[in-house]
Amino acid sequence: MNPALYDRPAVYLVVAALLLAIGVYGLIRRRTLIGMLIAGELIFSAASLNFMALNRFVAPNPVTGQVFVLFLMGLAAAEVAIALSIIIAVYRNYRSIHPKELSELKG
Amino acid sequence: MSATFPLSGVLAAGIFGLAVAITVGGAAIAVLSPRIIRSVAGLALCALGLAGLYYFLNSPFLALMEIVIYIGAVCVIIVFGVMLSEPDEPPAPETHRHEIWWGGLALLVSAAIAWGVVRLSLAGPWPAPAAAPADGSVRAIGNALLTTYSLPFELISLVLLVAILGALVIARGGRGKA
Repeated sequence: MNPALYDRPAVYLVVAALLLAIGVYGLIRRRTLIGMLIAGELIFSAASLNFMALNRFVAPNPVTGQVFVLFLMGLAAAEVAIALSIIIAVYRNYRSIHPKELSELKG
Repeated sequence: MSATFPLSGVLAAGIFGLAVAITVGGAAIAVLSPRIIRSVAGLALCALGLAGLYYFLNSPFLALMEIVIYIGAVCVIIVFGVMLSEPDEPPAPETHRHEIWWGGLALLVSAAIAWGVVRLSLAGPWPAPAAAPADGSVRAIGNALLTTYSLPFELISLVLLVAILGALVIARGGRGKA
């Protein structure tokens, strides 16, 4: 008997691959810092989903994957806080958060 | 899923499909929308779908944490960032050849990544799914966090503390100029 759709690792891995691709697309295409930050969050989510799927199907230890993804979420939250404070500081100094205008260090 | 409830298999498959659709659709909104506030909403949708996927992966605790951390903290803090700056995409000079070339390159790179990884994940002969681990419960996670993973647990609390202080210091500097 075929396993149900939600019991196949390939489905989760394909979803994670799509999330990764969408995140990379946004990271290249976006022209504001906050847009790039959101795309980065999508890439984080893809990594977490991959960890959880492989933990469930290939290395069935009940807690390792969950603990790892928990740490990943904590790191993502810290990263967002730091990145947003940098963005606000940049906006205060330049009146803009478009990466094209932040070119003071360009030779 | 137990078979006691009528049509439980169909229901579970439908909810799973909904979660997958919300995840991918929310991610697409987050990346494609020109208004930043809509793409934050897309990120929240994507997190909601991911919570559903985590639930199907036998981890209700992580589903809860995904909603609390991503929707409750990350999206809200990004909304604050949106309110404090003017992050909308500038009206695109799409006629520039440079811009079109750049968009094509982004599409090409992401399509290549998607194609390669999807092919890899469809090709592998995955082992038959192990029986659902009996105990993915909060109790087991708590035990693991306080015994096996106690050092990373302490370290991440330190990282969060440093991140809070660093965010305060960075965002405070240059306040007089505003």
